[in-house]
Amino acid sequence: MAMLEVNDIHTYYGNIQALNGVSLKVEQGEIVTLIGANGAGKTTTLRTISGLLKPRQGQIVLEGNDITETPAHDIVYKRIAMVPEGRGVFARLTVAENLDLGAYSRSDRKNLAGDLERVFSLFPRLQERQKQYAGTLSGGEQQMLAMGRAIMSNPRLLLLDEPSMGLAPVLVDLIFDIIQQINKEGVTILLVEQNALMALSIANRGYVLQSGEILLSDTAESLKNNEMVQKAYLGIE
Amino acid sequence: MKETTLRAKSSKPLSAYRLIQALLGALFAAYLIWRFYNVFLDGTPSYGADSWLRFAISGVVLGSVYALIAIGYTLVYGILFMINFAHGDIMMLGAFSGYFVFEALEKIPSPVIDNPNQVFLNAHPVISVLLAFIVGATVAAVSGYFLEKIAYRPLRGAPRLVPLISAIGASIFLENAALLLFGSQRHDFANPVQITRGEGWNIPINGEVVILPYTGVLTIALSILILVALYVLVQRTQLGRAMRAVAENKSAAALMGINVNGIISRTFIISGALAGSAGVMWGIHLGLVYHMVGFIPGIKAFTAAVLGGIGNIPGAMLGGMFLGIIETMGPAYLGMSFQLKDVLAFSILVLILIFRPTGLLGEVLSEEKV
Repeated sequence: MAMLEVNDIHTYYGNIQALNGVSLKVEQGEIVTLIGANGAGKTTTLRTISGLLKPRQGQIVLEGNDITETPAHDIVYKRIAMVPEGRGVFARLTVAENLDLGAYSRSDRKNLAGDLERVFSLFPRLQERQKQYAGTLSGGEQQMLAMGRAIMSNPRLLLLDEPSMGLAPVLVDLIFDIIQQINKEGVTILLVEQNALMALSIANRGYVLQSGEILLSDTAESLKNNEMVQKAYLGIE
Repeated sequence: MKETTLRAKSSKPLSAYRLIQALLGALFAAYLIWRFYNVFLDGTPSYGADSWLRFAISGVVLGSVYALIAIGYTLVYGILFMINFAHGDIMMLGAFSGYFVFEALEKIPSPVIDNPNQVFLNAHPVISVLLAFIVGATVAAVSGYFLEKIAYRPLRGAPRLVPLISAIGASIFLENAALLLFGSQRHDFANPVQITRGEGWNIPINGEVVILPYTGVLTIALSILILVALYVLVQRTQLGRAMRAVAENKSAAALMGINVNGIISRTFIISGALAGSAGVMWGIHLGLVYHMVGFIPGIKAFTAAVLGGIGNIPGAMLGGMFLGIIETMGPAYLGMSFQLKDVLAFSILVLILIFRPTGLLGEVLSEEKV
């Protein structure tokens, strides 16, 4: 049984249909990526899984349990965490407070110190800037904080929405290294990216989304070599 | 290159506006200095030191009540971006609750040998006052909770003007419900005899005696206590962090596992409790409660919240204090009739909205936001 199964979801913004029957599967321990152009429905798919949007049709199943109707603030208790597009850090809260809120859902508060250490070992920058307001961090540091905050909820499944957006290339490499590291520590990852080449180079499998539908799904390796994908998303003629 | 020309163009009308603003500001400052000369230095001052002390005392008392109410506006605005115009009426419900507690305790006999007619209210003033505040705050908190649930929650996601109208409707409803239930007459707040209104410590000054009223000291002390408790709650507790997170980004807060509606409810409960306490203070210090008692303090506290920078908690405290003091000292300083104190307060609201809509501390907030 797959860890996460998304079955034929149709999501709307008001009357505008954004997803037109998206289905995908994520197995335990995988890195799965969703690639596609602007407006293809990548972010909408993640927001539907995390409960921020409700699909009009279709199911989202986590390890056999239907979580389609679970509100966003309960999803994290199912140990799914999301790093939203644009990071969504709380600018007027300090770095330490942001990390603390990441652990809002935790009942095992005695283990928090260890997790905080884990976050600081992944992102030493955050340790230096604990007392600073999150709004004063650079874009890369904010991305680190958003990821660190998600890790503080001790997720089994991490949804990442455009972690490379607006970052300098050297930081993109760093962030992708850390994604792989988190995955090696046992966290399953569903990654949405515009930077398709980067995403496919670390993922096990990928889905190509177009106009709210799944166009292709294959292993990351085959997608990278797929002529259509190369033309449309990798910029290789 | 292109960018700089663009900026120069757009800043042209702005600087003209700034110039007018600076001119008006300078004129106003000159007027204030001229008044200072008139009031204090010009041969026969119109008010002695004793009068100023009196103004200061009543200003600080009034200001601390405004501060408590203003925080309610600011908390709700910070989270829902709406002005809860029924907030003053929540304060009225708190004032009435305190009134009924005192009325009830006044009817419970608590005789002692040398005073067989003594009542509970006078025998146990500390318990009585505490009880009035607990009941007042609780009733107001519960009302705030239901106000949000009934009048605002169904309108979540509607255009911003809609809940505002609903708030005005709720305000009219509460005022009229109180009118029906409690009548239109002004009820006299029966304080415990130990804190009889008008009595207090005598401060001799300038050959006169200024009274520092017990009720005033109680009001100031309690509101400082509540403000400190609120500050600790917002800055140091998990609930406070969650409230600040919801205020800033509701969907990111939900992703943390924070129940946004639950936090909104709790914000209304806290604002209600603050307004309820303010209502009981109002009753104890000023003595009269009636169905419209929350109207003027409600609008004044709104002014205070805007003055301090709406959405900003320290700003609301500062704005409340500032407004209370301006209201009592301002007319004397400007040589106006004291009946015009409300005009003065609302003129400040208009001036702030025109010249500094972010309020006194508004800028600090946006700097932190960067």
